[in-house]
Amino acid sequence: MPLSWLVLLVLALAAAGYFIGRIRVLKLAGGDVRALHSLPIYYGTNVALSVAVPALAVLLVWLLAQPTLIERSVSGMIAPEMIPEGSNLNLVMSDVRRVADGLNTAIAGGAMSLAEVDAMDATVVDVRARLGELGVALGQDVRPEVLAAAKSYRSAAVTGNTMRTLIVLALAVIGFGISFSKTNPDYRARNVVERAVLALLMAAASLAILTTVGIVLSMLFETINFFGLHNWRDFFFGTTWAPNFRGDSELSILPLLWGTLYISFIALLVAVPIGLFAAIYLSEYAGPKTRAFAKPLLEILAGIPTIVYGLFALLTVGPMLVNLFGQSGSLGVDWMSGATSVLTAGVVMGIMLIPFVSSLSDDIINAVPQAMRDGSLGLGATSSETIRQVVIPAALPGIVGAILLAASRAIGETMIVVMGAGAIAKFSLNPFESMTTITTRIVSQLTGDGDFASPETLVAFALGLTLFVLTLGLNVLALYIVRKYREQYE
Amino acid sequence: MTDATQNTGAVAPQGSLHTLDARTKRRNAAEGRFKLYGMIAIGIGLLMLVTLLYTILSKGTGAFTQTFVSMEVELLESKLDKSGERDLEKIKKVTTFGYAPLIKSAFEKTVEANGIETDLKSKDMTKILSKSAASQLRNYVIANPDKIGQTIEFRFLANSRVDGYMKGRVTRDSIANDKNITPAQLDLVDQLIEVGALKKTFNIDFIIGADASDQRPEAAGIGVAMVGSFFMMLVVLVLALPIGVAASIYLEEFAPKNWITDIIEVNISNLAAVPSIVFGILGLAVFINYMHLPQSAPLVGGLVLTLMTLPTIIISTRAALKAVPPSIRDAALGVGASKMQAVFHHVLPLAAPGILTGTIIGLAQALGETAPLLLIGMIGFIASNMPETVGEGLLSPNSAMPAQIYEWAKRADPAFYERAWGGIIILLIFLISMNTLAVLLRRRFERRW
Repeated sequence: MPLSWLVLLVLALAAAGYFIGRIRVLKLAGGDVRALHSLPIYYGTNVALSVAVPALAVLLVWLLAQPTLIERSVSGMIAPEMIPEGSNLNLVMSDVRRVADGLNTAIAGGAMSLAEVDAMDATVVDVRARLGELGVALGQDVRPEVLAAAKSYRSAAVTGNTMRTLIVLALAVIGFGISFSKTNPDYRARNVVERAVLALLMAAASLAILTTVGIVLSMLFETINFFGLHNWRDFFFGTTWAPNFRGDSELSILPLLWGTLYISFIALLVAVPIGLFAAIYLSEYAGPKTRAFAKPLLEILAGIPTIVYGLFALLTVGPMLVNLFGQSGSLGVDWMSGATSVLTAGVVMGIMLIPFVSSLSDDIINAVPQAMRDGSLGLGATSSETIRQVVIPAALPGIVGAILLAASRAIGETMIVVMGAGAIAKFSLNPFESMTTITTRIVSQLTGDGDFASPETLVAFALGLTLFVLTLGLNVLALYIVRKYREQYE
Repeated sequence: MTDATQNTGAVAPQGSLHTLDARTKRRNAAEGRFKLYGMIAIGIGLLMLVTLLYTILSKGTGAFTQTFVSMEVELLESKLDKSGERDLEKIKKVTTFGYAPLIKSAFEKTVEANGIETDLKSKDMTKILSKSAASQLRNYVIANPDKIGQTIEFRFLANSRVDGYMKGRVTRDSIANDKNITPAQLDLVDQLIEVGALKKTFNIDFIIGADASDQRPEAAGIGVAMVGSFFMMLVVLVLALPIGVAASIYLEEFAPKNWITDIIEVNISNLAAVPSIVFGILGLAVFINYMHLPQSAPLVGGLVLTLMTLPTIIISTRAALKAVPPSIRDAALGVGASKMQAVFHHVLPLAAPGILTGTIIGLAQALGETAPLLLIGMIGFIASNMPETVGEGLLSPNSAMPAQIYEWAKRADPAFYERAWGGIIILLIFLISMNTLAVLLRRRFERRW
């Protein structure tokens, strides 16, 4: 039975349960609602929840677990010596899956019977040609052990799916039976339903933990695989980034980290002064009208998708900078050869970060108590002296926190650097040269048909984990500083 | 007495209080400068916004118009259906190569009828048309086999170079090294404009059409990618809204103050700041490599964006719940409602406008997000077919609007750049209308307690 049918069936049973539960309890109470412990809808909901929740929860767990279990048992069938030269277990397993899919299509389409598939022998029949006729394209000829594995993969999947359907339906029916038999006017249905709803709410809230765990685990496993194939010392302390898909690449994070930090530094150089002065003006000088007009307009800059900034960098700012600093540019200095450079990406990223810095600093400056300003002004200081010598020092920890948050944004930004920064990994101080960043390399190593067993692809996960740890550290630090600062004035 | 005070060293200001001394002037000037810096900073910010919008509009509006050449094509029976049986299978056997001569002769006739003089051969003349002209003709004939033998007026897309010439992107100087077009062909274009056979008109296909290959920028549209984005937003809405609201209700109304709650809260605020590309890696590792969901499917994109949007929705929902005054809860509890009833019957409906606003803003954020989509493979192919069913829409490979824009920006032809900017206009129209809707909802339904 297809998955969607199964889900729909369980839901239909739950809906039926809702009405049946209601009707039954009302009948037992002789139609008198006052004789019930809870409102009738709770009896109905109780039945519906007992049908749907356990069945769907088991279904979800089953869906997550089945692929791994089957994969583990089937990959045991393929002995290490059967893996051809230049290949590995993952590649063989993806072949196995494809052949199994092909067999399934063949059976579903009625082109082959179950017995025919079981009797098929790769040493006799050309499986690739046979499946090719049915519209299942295979990359290479099917070897006997792959066919055998595919057959057992297929039969395990079929058995698993049948078991899944049976167990889920059984759970739904059992849930229905138990809750139906419990339904009587004295049953405390509301308490039970409310406890179940609370559990569901808790489950939703813990999804946040699950996501974080998922992020860390998914990257950690692949990173460990990567360090199994590549020396970790080269990754952390090497100086060259030169991936080579024929193998023997030098994959070191340092040049990428340098590019990332350099571009982020330029972005902050643009965003911090502009954002900070804008925040000071808006919170200390501007009248309510100017504020109501300028603040939302500045914040539009934060709502524009990064792909737009990327295109702006690639097609507008880059060529403009080349016109200024390029070979036949108006300054005649010949410093820049291509449109992608550290400066291009940095400036555009700076523009993107202006509203980020300004609105965070605005909040923080507004949190400085008015009494401190009044005291300073009362002693005869001008507004600017008050701001420079009283407000800013008081708000400094918060502003540092805001800048750290902006820095973490800049380090993790992807589209602007993918389109504006270039692809050359090197250590250089020249902002007119193109350089590359961690996020750019993650994108380029993982797009296209990557082979998830080569260090050149797996390195992306190590880069991702580094990026995650880096931005997480900055965020935690920044939030700690901001919170500490808030407490000071609350 | 007076001697003693004077000897302490403080020099009393000389002169009138009405004239400013040098130090006061300096201080006042510093004050003015400081204020000016603030104004300049705001000015730069606004200038950047204006520049950005101007660039987008000036470069992108061209994508909404396209150059067409109209001409009458005689659908010769001898070429298209030799047997004369109107058998669709036989008509389908005629490839686009079989249609090319029809276009050639139609072009010759158009030129002749309008009295245009040119030295170009008909083969070179048809080169000002898009490479899709023959397949357009073929699709028409297959859809209307009864029209064979008649003469029908057609509107063919012009080549992207001709289109660029009409829009000022291509000039006679710039085509010196261009193999795709010659000055003689541009002369022909000029003459066709004069007689009205070649016109630049509004191009609906850009908005509703599918992407096209590298060779035919003039035929590329963003419609299919828009449908992909739509299905992703559907997934995000269906998953993120209930889960986000449930999580917020738990954290805001029921969660006990303990370390588990603390961990959840810290997690949510950190997830909000995790770079979006990390969610892409998560999607690739979990949904595609582990669960073997299909690559490039809007379902996977939607799942990744759901995880990314959840923190935004949770944060705004919690703010909305917090804004409902405790007196509402107390009143409900006072008349005998349970805690759960108070929340679901009274607090939640009152917080609904705020929740809705937060959700729309979260969706707008998700709609413009590109980086995670690159990793789950929503680029690098041509999304050419509209999905026909919901299941197909969720599972068959598709692109999304921002991914399509990135794809166009990567192709080297300036004609595609114009389409990328045009795509951005459409994307921004969606974002602006979503945000306006959110603001309007807030204005209309927001209650001040």
